[in-house]
Amino acid sequence: MRALTDALIITKRQLLQLARVPEVLIFSTIQPVMFVLLFRYVFGGSINTGQPGGYVQLLMPGIFVQTTAFTLAATASGLAEDMTKGLIDRFRSLPISRSALVFGRTLGDGLLNVVVLFVMGIAGFLVGWRPTSGPVKIGLAFIFLLAFGYALSWVGIFAGLSARDYRVVQNVSFLITFPLTFLSNAFAPTTGMPRALQYVAEWNPVSTMVAACRELFGLKNQFGATAGSFPSEHPLPMSLIYMVLILLVFVPLSVRKYTHAAKK
Amino acid sequence: MKAIIADHLVKTYRHGEVRALDNLSLDVAEGTVLSVLGPNGAGKTTVVRILTTLLTPDSGSASVGGIDVIKHPDKVREIIGLSGQYAAVDETLTGMDNLVMFGRLYHLGKKAAILRADELLERFSLTDSARRPIKTYSGGMRRRLDLAASLIVQPKVLFLDEPTTGLDPRGRQEMWGVIEELVKGGVTLLLTTQYLDEADQLADDIAVIDHGKVIARGTSDALKTQVGGERLEVVVDQQHVGATMEIVSRVSGQKASLDEGLRLISAPVTTGAGALIEVLRSLDTAGIHPLDVGLKRPSLDDVFMSLTGHAAEDEVKELDTGKRSGRKSKKDKKVKGAKA
Ligand SMILES: Nc1ncnc2c1ncn2[C@@H]1O[C@H](COP(=O)(O)OP(=O)(O)OP(=O)(O)O)[C@@H](O)[C@H]1O
Ligand SMILES: [Mg+2]
Repeated sequence: MRALTDALIITKRQLLQLARVPEVLIFSTIQPVMFVLLFRYVFGGSINTGQPGGYVQLLMPGIFVQTTAFTLAATASGLAEDMTKGLIDRFRSLPISRSALVFGRTLGDGLLNVVVLFVMGIAGFLVGWRPTSGPVKIGLAFIFLLAFGYALSWVGIFAGLSARDYRVVQNVSFLITFPLTFLSNAFAPTTGMPRALQYVAEWNPVSTMVAACRELFGLKNQFGATAGSFPSEHPLPMSLIYMVLILLVFVPLSVRKYTHAAKK
Repeated sequence: MKAIIADHLVKTYRHGEVRALDNLSLDVAEGTVLSVLGPNGAGKTTVVRILTTLLTPDSGSASVGGIDVIKHPDKVREIIGLSGQYAAVDETLTGMDNLVMFGRLYHLGKKAAILRADELLERFSLTDSARRPIKTYSGGMRRRLDLAASLIVQPKVLFLDEPTTGLDPRGRQEMWGVIEELVKGGVTLLLTTQYLDEADQLADDIAVIDHGKVIARGTSDALKTQVGGERLEVVVDQQHVGATMEIVSRVSGQKASLDEGLRLISAPVTTGAGALIEVLRSLDTAGIHPLDVGLKRPSLDDVFMSLTGHAAEDEVKELDTGKRSGRKSKKDKKVKGAKA
């Protein structure tokens, strides 16, 4: 119980940070909204989907997933900054549960996603995104997205604790998440890729998540399923499996790493 | 009762290449202040981090308040306060935000945390800037806030790692005042410093460390005595240097030495003030008016010099002994420079 309240205090710290420097929140929403507009109007015209409502229907789930994937970078760099500045040492010298800090941070970054997804949803709606599946499934899609962001946040904890310097972390985690999100069915059909890459894209958790969201928003996932792999045929259970796997691996790993962490 | 015990601590880095702590032992009696004095890289931060449960030693044991730091780190954390070498507070938050957050993490209720934060801000003269982000604080204010954060629940044992490094003279003075105040309150304090005068000013006891070992231990007075007694020093006009040398040598019983640049004549004495009066009388009789005269007790700088063979500031972080000869020649140069 105490571990939970301790974690919530850390979460509150992050919300306070946002209140003190609101620019952070503004810019972390502007970026995905800009992506929505760019993809919608720059590529949207040249990609023929044959889908009613056009490219934007397929695009939105892709951008949602991409944005939540970037949670990894946010968590990693935030934590690494705390490390470099010695704040972690202070937290670790307090009589609080060892995992409180990392749990609190993943929760905080998860909450930030609520705001970001909400604003993106509105932006999407304004440019023509119309999910057709009904409120329950749409709600479920957003819960999936939040859960995915939360799971990746734990990978971010591990990355942040492993890095030597917080300035490197941001770059490295973008270096991981960018190819991860583009080597997928998020923005274009995987069928156009070389055979080898197709397999990577098909098994990429990002593709699976995107396929799951498309299904939950009431779309046929036209950009995947071409290679006929298991994840693209069963995106919903497979996404869940991926998330559970990520958490199973990275929660204990990160908590352990944190306990032995040293200021760099 | 010993509030802090470190017993043969060893900590190595890079697979044994760097011995940050090399069988270091020390202890601090309850309610007293120990200053761990050492140059850059001596191992000060490493000791503090082990005693505050942030780091596990390769071997050796340690206890704080009678509790084993390796076996029961959680219990140790309940009775200690730590202010690390670099102020560790959240820069985007205000002073108030920070103290309330830490108060809550020490499991104070919401109201109690706010009340305590107010109290501490007041005590450290930070009330006016309580609602400004730490980013806008000066180094001294930051340091004070950091110290305040380590005092939220009145720790039994307090660790301060170089609390005044980087502060201007006024900031240092203020910090010293704050620390002296704390010590009066009865806390057991382990304080690290590179400043010899700081150790002198604040501590009951000093442990001089170098290369991860305690090389001397005792009160400031004891350490000074270990290095040697007092010296009598006289500064005179150029034309009186010869005569003054004679007088000082006669009183001292040893040949006086001369710093030509400063026209400073000095010699060791054993009779203290008596020798001083005798020299002044003789100078007066000879019609010589000294520009400056005094008895000088050895400074902790002298202590460091005589213990390690190098001045505290000369210490360089080094991995291989090959660089050591370089340091020696630097020291030689320094001595030559002083003579010229
Ligand atoms: N993480 C680390 N990896 C490698 N070497 C380290 C590490 N931490 C400390 N050291 C080395 O251990 C030795 C002692 O370091 P420590 O930080 O305890 O010194 P210090 O007395 O606190 O110095 P300073 O006055 O500069 O703060 C140094 O030689 C340092 O380079
Ligand atoms: Mg240090």
